[in-house]
Amino acid sequence: MVERTPIFNALCQIVLLLGLAMALLPFAIVIIAATHDLRTVNIVPLPLTPGSHFLDNIAEAWVRADLGRKLFNSVVFAGCVAAGKVILSAMAAFAIVYFRFPGRAAIFWAIFITLMLPLEVRIVPTYSVAANALQPFQAIFDVVGLTGLVERLTGYRIALEWPLLNSYPGLILPLVATATGTFLYRQFYLTIPEELAEAAKMDGSGPLRFFLDMLLPLSRPNMIALFTIMFVWAWNQYLWPLLVTTDPNFGIAVTELKTLIPSEFGLPDWNVAMAGTLLIMLPPLVLVILMQRWFVRGLIASEK
Amino acid sequence: MNRPPDGPARRLTGPEAHERRITELEKRVTFSSTTIGLLFALPMLALIFVFFYWPSGQALFWAFTLEQPWGGGNRFVGFRNFIQLLEDPVYWGSIARSLVFGLSSTVLAMGVALLLALFTDRELRGSRLYRTVFVWPYAIAAPALGLAFRFILAPEAGLLSLINHAWPGLWNPALDGKDAMIAVIVAFSWKYVGYNFIFFLSALQGIPRAQIEAAAMDGAGPLRRMRDIQLPLLTPTLFFLLVINITESFQDSFGIVDIMTQGGPARATELMVYKIYFDGFKGLDYSGAAAQSIILMLLVIMLTVLQFRFIERRVHYK
Repeated sequence: MVERTPIFNALCQIVLLLGLAMALLPFAIVIIAATHDLRTVNIVPLPLTPGSHFLDNIAEAWVRADLGRKLFNSVVFAGCVAAGKVILSAMAAFAIVYFRFPGRAAIFWAIFITLMLPLEVRIVPTYSVAANALQPFQAIFDVVGLTGLVERLTGYRIALEWPLLNSYPGLILPLVATATGTFLYRQFYLTIPEELAEAAKMDGSGPLRFFLDMLLPLSRPNMIALFTIMFVWAWNQYLWPLLVTTDPNFGIAVTELKTLIPSEFGLPDWNVAMAGTLLIMLPPLVLVILMQRWFVRGLIASEK
Repeated sequence: MNRPPDGPARRLTGPEAHERRITELEKRVTFSSTTIGLLFALPMLALIFVFFYWPSGQALFWAFTLEQPWGGGNRFVGFRNFIQLLEDPVYWGSIARSLVFGLSSTVLAMGVALLLALFTDRELRGSRLYRTVFVWPYAIAAPALGLAFRFILAPEAGLLSLINHAWPGLWNPALDGKDAMIAVIVAFSWKYVGYNFIFFLSALQGIPRAQIEAAAMDGAGPLRRMRDIQLPLLTPTLFFLLVINITESFQDSFGIVDIMTQGGPARATELMVYKIYFDGFKGLDYSGAAAQSIILMLLVIMLTVLQFRFIERRVHYK
């Protein structure tokens, strides 16, 4: 800036360095604790020089929390949620921005309202829907009388069933069903010059062609940003995966943290717990470090 | 259609702008096929119908009915589930704790983030490093940092156990409810400092440099500029983050609480979402949990509406 304020600058630096220390401290403690053995990790205060048991602890945590399987599931889960968001929101926003049909405003508001209630708030009924994802349609058929009619005519009783508990779709689909991405795309589409669509139409391109050949390539930066924030968000989900996956084959890494808590009357093996924590928190952190620009950009754009 | 004469490209200003921007800003050039348009929206609509609208409706249904213990469907009971809930001191306890948790973590996370963002924005030496590192906490899963903080703040190992060496028994989140609440608040705030920092810094960088330079020419020092120029211009961001932080303190706290304290000791950290989970899935009291969900939904909707009313006003600053 234009003036010299050495004292104030020094004060700022002190505060910032303090903040830096506070921000890095938990990372440092997790890493250091993961290198000690059982005895050293329980010394008070924790010795801050790293020990030599890092790989042993990692191996132990890997086995105890079944991390091979769980990390794989987490990657599939977070990847699919992010991809689903990127694709479905691009399509929904296209319908809202580039078409004019009756009921368009209603669709807009129907999607918009989902921003208001996060999954955690309506967790109990969402869980019951996940037990049979076609239950809403079955209930509608029953009420409308379609079930009875079909049964009388054909002798076949409609019983729609698609249980989602303990399955990848059950983990993924409910988390895709929010409006976050749709608005990111909508804002972006609105900034695209009118002339582009005009020219495309003049050249005889239909909506599908315009969407695939012009809009999607143009929205690549948006897609990367959205994918990054959604991957991190999905990876860090806890309550929903905890409820839906009782079968360990479909469990994800973050819910495995519970098995790593040292039990009250067992060994206080915090070294293993911290090694597991490190492995589980690392993937989204690495993604954020590598993609920081996109992450920040996506976060700010999607919240506004 | 009564669109403004100069077309949608016209810049809208004023308090009504937000509403108009959302519903009326439209493309002039559009495609006419209704079928294709609907087909594009269909996957998203199907998903939100099954996983959002249906469950929300079901929550309403359960909240006003009671499941018969011997089967045979639900009986309509009117507001009885709510009355029962509101007469229950345990439920009021969970609301009070949610408020204490939400307000303290919000103040802590926003205060620290604001200070760090204001100082980082001065672009002193190392500001690039600060800008990078202060974002990291937000990338960590709440339960993971819950476990990390459980160790750091453990009474018999980790870092804070030092206190117990000097004054035995002073700090014990496993037994003392107040200590447990402090531990949960610290862990949650640590994560959300990262989140708030991102938004504060981006808002600060959006303030025109010329304004700040002009103030400096007029002899306003850095502190004065923060107080009289930057902070007033940050109020929309402040308000926005206030709402988001409180809403997040309802949802994202679950993982931290479940890993660090499981609602204990003696319900001292049993927040609203944790109680819903506990009553609904451990106690299998769907009606009670649904009624609690409805109350929480109303609370969150109120906050969101408040936020949108304020965004309208934000247009003024731009």
